[in-house]
Amino acid sequence: MGDIKVLEAVERYIRGEMNPDERLHFENLRKTNAEIDQLVVEHTLFLQQMNRFGEWQKFRSTLHEVHTDLAEQGKINSARLTGKAKVVYLWKRYKRVAAIAASIAGITTLTISSLVWSITPQAPASEIEKLKGEFSSYKTKTNQIDKELNKVKNSINNSDSTIIYKTGGTGFIIDAKGYLVTNAHVVEGAHNIAIQNNKGEFTARVIYIDQLRDIAILKIEDENFKPFASVPYAISKTESKLAEPIFTLGFPRNDVVVYGQGYLSAKTGFNGDTLSCQLELAANRGNSGSPILNRKGEVIGILNGRLKNAEGFTYAIQGKHIYNVLDELKKDTSYLKVKIPARSAIAGLDFQQQVEKVEDYVFMVKVN
Amino acid sequence: MKQEINEKPLLKGLAINDKKAVETIYRENYNMVQSLIINNNGSADDAKDIFQEAMIVLYEKVRSGTFELNCQIKTYLYSVSKRLWLKRLQQLNRYAPPIEDPESTVSVEEEIDDHEKRDAEFEMMNKAISSLGEPCKSLLEAYYLQKQNMQVIAASFGYTNADNAKNQKYKCLMRLKKIFFAHYKNENGHG
Repeated sequence: MGDIKVLEAVERYIRGEMNPDERLHFENLRKTNAEIDQLVVEHTLFLQQMNRFGEWQKFRSTLHEVHTDLAEQGKINSARLTGKAKVVYLWKRYKRVAAIAASIAGITTLTISSLVWSITPQAPASEIEKLKGEFSSYKTKTNQIDKELNKVKNSINNSDSTIIYKTGGTGFIIDAKGYLVTNAHVVEGAHNIAIQNNKGEFTARVIYIDQLRDIAILKIEDENFKPFASVPYAISKTESKLAEPIFTLGFPRNDVVVYGQGYLSAKTGFNGDTLSCQLELAANRGNSGSPILNRKGEVIGILNGRLKNAEGFTYAIQGKHIYNVLDELKKDTSYLKVKIPARSAIAGLDFQQQVEKVEDYVFMVKVN
Repeated sequence: MKQEINEKPLLKGLAINDKKAVETIYRENYNMVQSLIINNNGSADDAKDIFQEAMIVLYEKVRSGTFELNCQIKTYLYSVSKRLWLKRLQQLNRYAPPIEDPESTVSVEEEIDDHEKRDAEFEMMNKAISSLGEPCKSLLEAYYLQKQNMQVIAASFGYTNADNAKNQKYKCLMRLKKIFFAHYKNENGHG
């Protein structure tokens, strides 16, 4: 224990946090005790290096941020080569690799997917509650709301172009061009889909649905939508660690985005389901499809349900399955260009700053 | 001369990681470097990497004390980017085309060498911290990099009191310092 106290004193001394008396006392000690003197010298060097390292890290994350911001505002020739130029460039560069990779990838995908299917336990549907918000159930709560609703309905019947969205969840951008991920159960049986956040409301369409993994991919098809410059977070391919701190943004209420935080509590989901993982995180109806992010700014999963009648047992589909679903999607060659961000631009930031960056990329998904 | 006087506040801002200053320099120079890279066998992603590295070289330069460059920011960033890109091409064994300069250049050899040495040091630190695993990594980052105080850290990491957090932090710190000094002594030849 003594060592801890000594080190604490050394740190306070180096930082100049000692009062004059203490300082004098410590300096005397330093003169008489070579060991302490050595420790001061060594620790000063170490702290200097740590400080410079910290500043270097901060500066790098500023650069990432600035790049994303400027690209988004169109103030620099943002990111990518576009259209033909890029295709030609990539083709020239990766012709042979692509051919080999494609055949290997094809075989591997088939083998792995058949393997995964055969070993994945199916969760009994009744025990896990899907967190799809059902707006219409609110209707029964009170007569007053009933009346209000009728009023709204009437007004809607008058203007027949309006669509009433009955259920909903959350979705988040995986490709800046306007592709989102949400849960398959959120958009099940959808006729119309709209997504909404503080950037506005846009119509979207389901382009791929995977019931087993409970993942759906949506594409924003709305002339008012302007593609993002880049996506700030990455999607993690690797397995997350137990107790890893996580946070989520979602739309359990019908109006504003809601933040939640917790940690990874088990690497598998309900009944040992290997597709998902378990989180200690409060979740509610409408949270389905929310991204689960770790400290490094990587999406490690998609929230998809919780155990009935038990708070805090929340489940998420592991992030790597987004890649799997995307590989399936890309069999349709018109979606070859969909690209998942592999590097996070918000790694060095604290949760608060990360939330600020991520917020614009999370949408309420409204379905009718 | 006029230009250089105008640029001094920008450089001062850069030295303290002021976002506005960084943004201005970024905005005014990025496109130039991007065309340099793309016209010379690189991609937009390469351009981003190289430009950001050049920005770090500039950042280190202005932090080393004087806010004086012997040329305009633009010339400096161009020169550094060009040098870094040629080096990168060489490392990748890709063809390094002779680059014709639309901009004038200055010699930046020394700075790039310094930068590479520092970069290697930081990467080492980065690796060392990551290799500690959790909770050490987050704990040390919170205390030494984000400079949070021990009470706050204890609360957010779920320690029952600050002393427990201190104990844990101390153990982590000892492990990190061991790695750091082992490497440091190797590099610098102190016995």
